[in-house]
Amino acid sequence: MENLEQLVQDGLSAVESADSLQALDQIRVEYLGKKGVITQQAKTLGKLSPEERPAAGQKINEAKGQVEQAINSRRTDLEKAAIEAKLASESIDVTLPGRGQDLGGLHPVTRTLQRIEEIFSRAGYSVEQGPEIEDDYHNFEALNIPGHHPARAMHDTFYFNPGTLLRTHTSPVQIRTMEAGKPPFRMICPGRVYRCDSDMTHTPMFHQVEGLLVEKNVSFADLKSTVEEFLRVFFERDLEVRFRPSYFPFTEPSAEVDIEWGREPDGSIKWLEVMGCGMVHPKVFEYCGIDAEEYRGFAFGLGVERLAMLRYGVNDLRMFFENDLRFLRQFR
Amino acid sequence: MKFSEQWLREWVNPNIGSQELMDQITMAGLEVDGFEPVAGEFSGVVVGEVQSVEPHPDADKLRVCQVSDGEQTVQVVCGAPNVRPGLKVPFAVVGAVLPGNFKIKKAKLRGQPSEGMLCSESELALSDNHEGLMELPEDAPVGQEMADYLKLNDITIDVDLTPNRSDCLSIKGIAREVGVLNSLVVSEPAIEPVEAAHSEVPDIRVEAPEGCPRYLGRVLRNVNLKAETPLWMQEKLRRSGIRSIDAAVDVTNYVMLELGQPMHAFDRDEISGGIIVRMAKPAEKLVLLDGQEVELTEETLVIADHEKPIAIAGVMGGEHSGVSEKTRDLVLESAYFDPITLAGKARHYGLHTDASHRFERGVDYSLARDAMERATALLMDIVGGEPGEIVEVASDEHLPSDRTIDLREQRLTDVLGLAIDRTKVEEILTRLGLHIDKLLKDGWRISVPSFRPDITIEEDLIEEVGRIFGYNNLPVTEPTGSLGLVAREEAKRPVSAIRNYFVAQGYQEAVTYSFVDPKVQKLVDPERDGIALANPISADLSVMRTTLWSGLLKTVAYNQNRQQPRIRLFETGLRFEQNDERIDQQPMLAGVVVGGQYPENWANGRRTADFFDVKGELEGLFRLLGIDVQFIASQHPALHPGQTAELMRDGEHVGWLGTLHPQVQKNLELNGTILMFELFLNSIVTGYVPNFKEISKFPEVRRDLAIIIGSDVAFADVERVARKHAGERLTALRAFDVYEGESLGEGNRSLALSLFWQHPERTLNEDEVHSLFTGVIDALKEELGATLRS
Repeated sequence: MENLEQLVQDGLSAVESADSLQALDQIRVEYLGKKGVITQQAKTLGKLSPEERPAAGQKINEAKGQVEQAINSRRTDLEKAAIEAKLASESIDVTLPGRGQDLGGLHPVTRTLQRIEEIFSRAGYSVEQGPEIEDDYHNFEALNIPGHHPARAMHDTFYFNPGTLLRTHTSPVQIRTMEAGKPPFRMICPGRVYRCDSDMTHTPMFHQVEGLLVEKNVSFADLKSTVEEFLRVFFERDLEVRFRPSYFPFTEPSAEVDIEWGREPDGSIKWLEVMGCGMVHPKVFEYCGIDAEEYRGFAFGLGVERLAMLRYGVNDLRMFFENDLRFLRQFR
Repeated sequence: MKFSEQWLREWVNPNIGSQELMDQITMAGLEVDGFEPVAGEFSGVVVGEVQSVEPHPDADKLRVCQVSDGEQTVQVVCGAPNVRPGLKVPFAVVGAVLPGNFKIKKAKLRGQPSEGMLCSESELALSDNHEGLMELPEDAPVGQEMADYLKLNDITIDVDLTPNRSDCLSIKGIAREVGVLNSLVVSEPAIEPVEAAHSEVPDIRVEAPEGCPRYLGRVLRNVNLKAETPLWMQEKLRRSGIRSIDAAVDVTNYVMLELGQPMHAFDRDEISGGIIVRMAKPAEKLVLLDGQEVELTEETLVIADHEKPIAIAGVMGGEHSGVSEKTRDLVLESAYFDPITLAGKARHYGLHTDASHRFERGVDYSLARDAMERATALLMDIVGGEPGEIVEVASDEHLPSDRTIDLREQRLTDVLGLAIDRTKVEEILTRLGLHIDKLLKDGWRISVPSFRPDITIEEDLIEEVGRIFGYNNLPVTEPTGSLGLVAREEAKRPVSAIRNYFVAQGYQEAVTYSFVDPKVQKLVDPERDGIALANPISADLSVMRTTLWSGLLKTVAYNQNRQQPRIRLFETGLRFEQNDERIDQQPMLAGVVVGGQYPENWANGRRTADFFDVKGELEGLFRLLGIDVQFIASQHPALHPGQTAELMRDGEHVGWLGTLHPQVQKNLELNGTILMFELFLNSIVTGYVPNFKEISKFPEVRRDLAIIIGSDVAFADVERVARKHAGERLTALRAFDVYEGESLGEGNRSLALSLFWQHPERTLNEDEVHSLFTGVIDALKEELGATLRS
């Protein structure tokens, strides 16, 4: 039996020095396989008396267990080392930039338009479109701006011929929508508009959003809340809003809307004009076949570039249409 | 309209400061655009009197003067040509500070001591006039501070009036508003009829009473037009932005500013026969006061004598009949011209005058006589003369009719959202000069005065009440409305989804002008004419785009000129096309790509974007939209003849994809290979609503083949033939390799295809797949001349 102990000692030291899973497996076969040197020890049991056999057999089993445990433990170590080596060789520089396409961006006017559309469509306003080459009737006449009206001079209209023009505002879409449907109406019409004017603060094309609400019972007070809330939601600020009497041929009463935009040196509020609005003029309802005694409405209009400039701090209107990539990329 | 605050306060003087006054006016709807002091900031300037003037011993242009400042007389060297003994002038004494912080010190000018400076108007920043010294009236008190003497503690207020408020184009009108806002009585100058001193009356005939429903004339004889307009009147005019000309012109301008009635003065001796108000005859000519000769149109209302036109009515007088220093007898005109007749006339002749501005907007149609009396009295104070009777020719039928409007209290409440106290409403209306004719059961019957032509319906009265009550004093309530749901088409994708798709593909959205350079457009779309604007802003923005490419390619040039080598842009918007009588306005989606397909970095390489990159992106879009689009080899004048695809959906043309033709690219001075596409948005936005199909549990079978085929045979044809013969169980067909090389022989290429079959209910057996596969191979051989690659 001294032999057995020796065998175990030999086996353990062989396991210890095994440097690969392959070598370890060979050692397992050599000691614990069917013909392995420890397994073979069982044959010696025959020479022992029946009384001695159980104790001797247990010793052999213990010896096998000892070596087997050593092999398993060594195998775990070797496997772990192998994985670690593999991982080490697979290491990359994760700080290098990624592969693939860059992201583009929406034009700031579109971004602003989408924001306005989202704000109003959540309150149940539909988004309507209309032609940009308009007729005189929808752009002026039906909005209570007859041919001789001095307001026409304020519009600097682009003409194709005396009856055909580029719309000077998005208001004709109001008319077209009311002509085509039945009240009540709750809609906005965003889009391009054109005025024959070009300098530091004017571009011959720009964008407006027109809003219209027609219901049986709507008042100037409702208009005030809609405009005030819109401006606060849009600018995400609790800013002061004031309504200044003004004149648009298609609304009566009419107002211009100023918002608080900083302070004057004397501490008073600096007001900035941002929108126009009013109650729909009965004449406009008449043109659209709506009974002004039964329905009332309010309308408002705003310049999109103006709001985008205030919102994003753009200081030159003309940049919107130069489409300089270095400008556009700032809005993605 | 510009006016002097001081002048306004002579009419109505609320106990508030200038800023508060301006805020009040603005909030009443008369927007104050700005204000400026009527003079520069200065101190130490007094009324001085020139005692004597001697030549300067050492300078031809300088004079040595003795000037009194009321307390002492000092020597001043002066270069002004109009300096003379006895002249009263603004005198800046030593220690004075002139505008621009210019300090007056003792000095020597060419050796002569000078203590102080004699000033021109421009040196006090009263006007731009620097031609000589400012001459003060003889009665100016020597030694008085100039600021006190001229009452310079005043500002010019500029109100930007909306076109409906013609009533506020006068001090009288603005004073009325200020009176209402402050509940103050407005004091007007008393206007008395001037008694006639002779019996001469002008002969007036109105042949166009529609255009001129009222015309008043009066002869003023023996006037002295050399007489100078008094300083107080000159100053009021100056502070209202009007230059003093001569007494006759100044008085008519003064009355216009004060009351709102534009007037005109003719030289009676230059009127041949009498005055006729008529429409111009064809090709009649008139030299205007500003010296320009105009050819009149038949739509122009003119004032004529028995031979010729002498003025464009309500716009500008003629040079010939204008007054001058030599004029002895005047004919004064005060009239009401119809706004519609005058609309646009001034503009037609390139003019815009204070008179036309007012008449086009509507002057008080009852004002002419008062204005005539006021002007006569003021004028006689200056130039003397003997007035005659006023002749008035009026046509009641053509004058605006007096209006009465009923205002319902309930309607007022409904529109404004607030019930305003009855007495408050009545006070507002009355102070505005509206007359309450009658109290009605449910409101008021109001008669509208002639100075408010803008008030024609009940809503106008509601606005007046709301405006004076203050919009900001009205409540704020949230609107209520129906909560009905709105139809939404599921198969139709919003344009925003398309935009977002391109943004994700690295495209930057552009917004370019809808009008473009016709030269650029001719290059990219030579077969169509853009609709031309009659009045473009410039030649390079003069026709409507027929394709979004016109603007996008210009944007490429703009960015390439700014060192941007990689450009990916898209735009959505209308294109415009004239089709016979109809104008088509089609929403389009277009894009341009030039430069690297991916942003340059270590992993992306530097591969330039090519046709198949952009095609792949469009295919991705079509999958997003759920539509099936074919790319057909085609020709487009702006595109490379070998790299152009026409896009078809169910046989309908939906757009183009291609490489910009190298010649067009050269003409447009662009760099690199430029890929472009344009699609009709309406043709692509509607796809389908998904419809579930059972997933097969049975295996899919794949077979690959490689053929050699003529390079001129399109892959689309190969696919079509293969699909035709592959049976209904074919689930996919892919090209996995395309190769061209010498070994294949010229004009040939090799195509490698994978075909996939699957049956929904059973496993396909080897024989049936084999038979379909060989069927495909045979068909490719027979129909397209393909050979199987060994």
